[in-house]
Amino acid sequence: MTPERTSVTMRYSLPCLATLAAVFFMLAAALHPAFGADIRPEVNALGTPGYTALKEAIGALAATGDPAVPELLQALGQGELYVRVADSAVFKVTDTDDGYNLVDPLTGEDAGPAAADEVSKITVNNSVRETISAALGLMTLMSPDPQKRLAAAGDVYKSQDPKQIPLLDTAIAKETDKSVAAALQLARAAAVLRSDMSDADKLAAVEIVSQRDDQDAISLLSSFVASAPDGAAKTAAASAITTIQGTLQLWSGVQNVWYGISLGSVLLLAAIGLAITFGVMGIINMAHGEMVMLGAYTTFVVQEVIRSHYPGLFDWSLAIALPLAFLVSGGVGVLIERSVIRFLYGRPLETLLATWGISLILQQAVRTWFGPNNREVGNPSWMSGTFDLGHLAITYNRMWIVVFALGVFAVLMLVLKRTPFGLQTRAVTQNRPMASSMGIRTPYVDALTFGLGSGIAGIAGVALSQIDNVSPNLGQNYIIDSFMVVVFGGVGNLWGTLVGAFTLGIANKFLEPYAGAVLAKILVLVFIILFIQKRPRGLFALKGRSVEA
Amino acid sequence: MITAFIFRALDRNTYIVLGLLLAVGILLPLLSLTDPSFPLHVPTYVIALIGKYLCYALLALSVDLVWGYCGILSLGHAAFFALGGYAMGMYLMRQIGARGVYANPVLPDFMVFLNWNELPWFWYGFDHFWFAAIMIVAVPGLLAFIFGWFAFRSRVTGVYLSIITQAMTYALLLAFFRNDMGFGGNNGLTDFKDILGFNIQAPATRGVLFFASALALAAGFLICRAVIASKFGKVLIAVRDAESRTRFIGYRVEGYKLVVFVLSAMMAGVAGSLYVPQIGIINPGEFAPANSIEAVIWVAVGGRGTLIGPIVGALLVNFGKTWFTSGMLAEYWLFVLGALFVAVTLFLPKGVVGTLLARAKARPTSTSAPAAVSPIDATIAAEEGA
Repeated sequence: MTPERTSVTMRYSLPCLATLAAVFFMLAAALHPAFGADIRPEVNALGTPGYTALKEAIGALAATGDPAVPELLQALGQGELYVRVADSAVFKVTDTDDGYNLVDPLTGEDAGPAAADEVSKITVNNSVRETISAALGLMTLMSPDPQKRLAAAGDVYKSQDPKQIPLLDTAIAKETDKSVAAALQLARAAAVLRSDMSDADKLAAVEIVSQRDDQDAISLLSSFVASAPDGAAKTAAASAITTIQGTLQLWSGVQNVWYGISLGSVLLLAAIGLAITFGVMGIINMAHGEMVMLGAYTTFVVQEVIRSHYPGLFDWSLAIALPLAFLVSGGVGVLIERSVIRFLYGRPLETLLATWGISLILQQAVRTWFGPNNREVGNPSWMSGTFDLGHLAITYNRMWIVVFALGVFAVLMLVLKRTPFGLQTRAVTQNRPMASSMGIRTPYVDALTFGLGSGIAGIAGVALSQIDNVSPNLGQNYIIDSFMVVVFGGVGNLWGTLVGAFTLGIANKFLEPYAGAVLAKILVLVFIILFIQKRPRGLFALKGRSVEA
Repeated sequence: MITAFIFRALDRNTYIVLGLLLAVGILLPLLSLTDPSFPLHVPTYVIALIGKYLCYALLALSVDLVWGYCGILSLGHAAFFALGGYAMGMYLMRQIGARGVYANPVLPDFMVFLNWNELPWFWYGFDHFWFAAIMIVAVPGLLAFIFGWFAFRSRVTGVYLSIITQAMTYALLLAFFRNDMGFGGNNGLTDFKDILGFNIQAPATRGVLFFASALALAAGFLICRAVIASKFGKVLIAVRDAESRTRFIGYRVEGYKLVVFVLSAMMAGVAGSLYVPQIGIINPGEFAPANSIEAVIWVAVGGRGTLIGPIVGALLVNFGKTWFTSGMLAEYWLFVLGALFVAVTLFLPKGVVGTLLARAKARPTSTSAPAAVSPIDATIAAEEGA
C-alpha cells in the first residue's frame, strides 16, 4: 500500500473517524486516576509489520494516556525505535561504534548491545507521522492544564485534518476555558473547510477563520477558494481574504512605524549628549561615542558586582548603574574639558582632532582593561520578553528604551530651561563676554556643561548596553549616526535633535523593506548630504546674531 | 605659459625636495636589487614599506592642499584614495585573466563565486592600462566635482563640510561592502598577478613601483608648489583666512574651492592607485572614516600650510606606527597615536615643520618681539620661506 493511498483512504473513511472517536473516549477514560497498568503490550504492538497495523497500534498506545507515551511516539517519529527479531520486543536504540545498543523504551534501562541483523527498524512514512502528531495532539487536547490544551488546539489548527472534527466537537462541548474554546472553534473551522460538509457549515467556518486575521488565515482561505465549488462560502472566503490582506498591510505599516520609533529612540539616546557638547557648545566631540561606551561598561561592572555579591538586586542593576554611569562619563567629560578642550575654544577643527585622539586613548584603555571581546550585559526580568499589541509583537526592552529616551530628553529640557544652571549655560553659549561680565563663572559653566553632555551620553550607554554588544568599539558605531542626527536636526536645538532622530529612524525602517538594510542606510546618508546643501544649518536652524559667532 | 607656471614654483627648497625624492626613488630600488651580501643592501620588504609611506605622503599632501591652503577640512579623502585604488585594482584583476582559482577567462573569481554570468558594464575598459589610468584620476575627480559643486555653492563650510565629507566616505564604505556592487564586497580585490605584463611580486617591478611613487610624490609636490606660488594660490589663502571678505572683493570663492578640491581628490586617487599594487589588496576598509582622520593628523603633525610638512608628518607617524606595532609595544600604539593627536593640537598647532620654520624665521629678528606674530601671519610667512 502506497502512503498516498493510505492517506486518502484514511482521511475520508468513516471507520477511521470512528476509530479516532473511540480512541478519544478510551483516552478520556484513561485519564482517570485509576490507570497505571503496564503498557508494554501496546508498545510491543508497534512492532507489528505494515503501516496500517502501526497506525492502529499508535492509536491504542495513545489511548492508554500513559505519561511515557509522548516521548515514545516522538522517538518513533524520529526512527529511533527498533524491533528485536527474536522476541518482537520494541527497543529504543542508540548507535555505538560496533553495532547498536538497546534501551528499554519505558524504563530507560540498558538492555545490552545487539548486532545489526538482530534488530529491524520500525520505519515510518509521512502518513504515519501525521497519525503520530494527531495522537500527540489528542493526548494534550484533554490535558488538565489549559495552557497545554491551548497549544494542542493550535497544533490541530495547523494540521487542518477533517478527521478530527468529531473529536473537536466533543472537546468544545467539554471546554470551560473561553480562550481555549475559541481556539478549538478555530481549529474546527479550519478542519471544516477541508472537509466535505455542507456549504452552510463552511460559511460559518469562513466566518470564524476570518476572525483570525493573519497570514495563516489567508493561506487557509485561499486554498479553500482554489478548490471549493462555487457558492456562498466561496464568495465569503474571497471577500474575507481581501479584508484580511488590508488589515495585514495596515499592520505592517504600523510595524514599520514602531521599528522606526525604536531605531529613532536609539539614535536620540546616542545623539542627545552630542546635541549638548556639539550642538550647544560647538565642540566637535569625536569622543562622544566613547562616553556612551563608558556608560555601557559601567553597567557591566555594576552587574558583575551584583552577580557576585548581591544576586537578589539584579533587577535593580540598571537603576543602580544609571547614576554611576552619569558620574563616570560626566567625570571623564569634565576632566577632558579641563585638560584639553578649554585650550581649544574657537578652533572647532582642532577640537575634532584632539577629541579623536582622546577617543582612541579611551578605546585602547578599555580594551587593555576589559579585553577586546564583547562583555555580557544581562537584561533584568522586566526588560525581557514580549507582549502583543494587535498584530505587533513588542519587546519590552525596545519599549523601555523608547520611554527612557523620551524621559531623558524631557529631563534635559527641564534642566536647560528651568534651572539656574541651564540659564547660565545658555547665557555662556550665546554670548560669552556678556555672560562673564554679568558675573557668571564661564570656565566653570563650560566644564559642567561638557560634563552634562558626557554624562547624558553615559546613561545612554546604560540603555544601549541592553540592545547592543558591549565592546570597546561600541562608541564607534554610533558616532557618525549621532553627528548626522544633530546636523540634520539643527545645531543648537534640542527639539531638532528629537525630530531628527525619529525622522531618520522611521525613514530608515520604511526604506528597508524595499532597499535592504545597508542600502537604506546609504540612502539616508545621501539624503542628509543633499539636505545639508539645501538647509546648511539643519531642520530647525537657530536664527539671529549668535549663529554667526 | 605652463612652463612659466612651473618655473615660478622652482625655488631653492623645491629643488632640494625634488632632488631628494628622486635620489631616494632611484637609489633605494637599485640597492634592493643588489646581492644580499652587499653591505648597503636593502631588503625588498623595506622597499614595499617605504613605497607605502610615499603613497601616504602624497595623500597627506593632497589633504594639506585643501586644508592647509584653503581651509577645507575634508574628512573624506580616504574615499578618493580608495576610489583610485579600486580603479587600479580593477585593472590588476583583469590582468589575472584565466589564472584565477576558478580559471574563468572572463570573470574575476569573486563574480564566479557569486554566480554572475557576465561582466558588469562598469568593468568594461579596465583591460587596458590607459583606461584605468584615466579612471584613477577621473573617478575621484568626478566625485569631488559633484560633491564640491553642491557643497560649495550652498556655502556649506567649516564643521558642516567636515561632517558631510565623513558621511560621504561612510556611505561609500557601506556601499562597497555590498556584494551586489560588483567590487568584491567584503574581501575587496586581491590576488593580483601582473602589472603591464610584469610580475607584480618581482623585486624589479617593486623597485619600479617604488620609483613611480617617489616620482608621483615629487610631481604632486611640484604641482602644489606651482598652485601655491600662483595668483590662484594667493586667492586660496585669502579664502582660508577670510572667506566672506574674499567674496566681497569679487572673487567667486566656490569656483576656487571647487578647482582645488577636485585637484586634491585626483592627487589622492593617484596615491591610492600606487598604494594598491604595492600592498597587493584593496578592500572597503580603506573607505573607513578613521583613515581620513588619520591622514589629517599626518598633516597636522607635519605642519599644515607648508608643503614639506605633510610629507614629513606622514613619514614620521607611519614610521612610528610600524616601529610600535611590530614590537612588544603593539598594544600601546593607539595610546601613542591618541596622545599625538592631543599633543599636536595643543602644543604644536603649526606642526613640526611649521614650528621649525617659524623659529628659523624668527631668529634673525629675535630682538623685535616675535610673539606678536599671529598664527595666520606665521603660516603665510612660513609658506613664503618654504
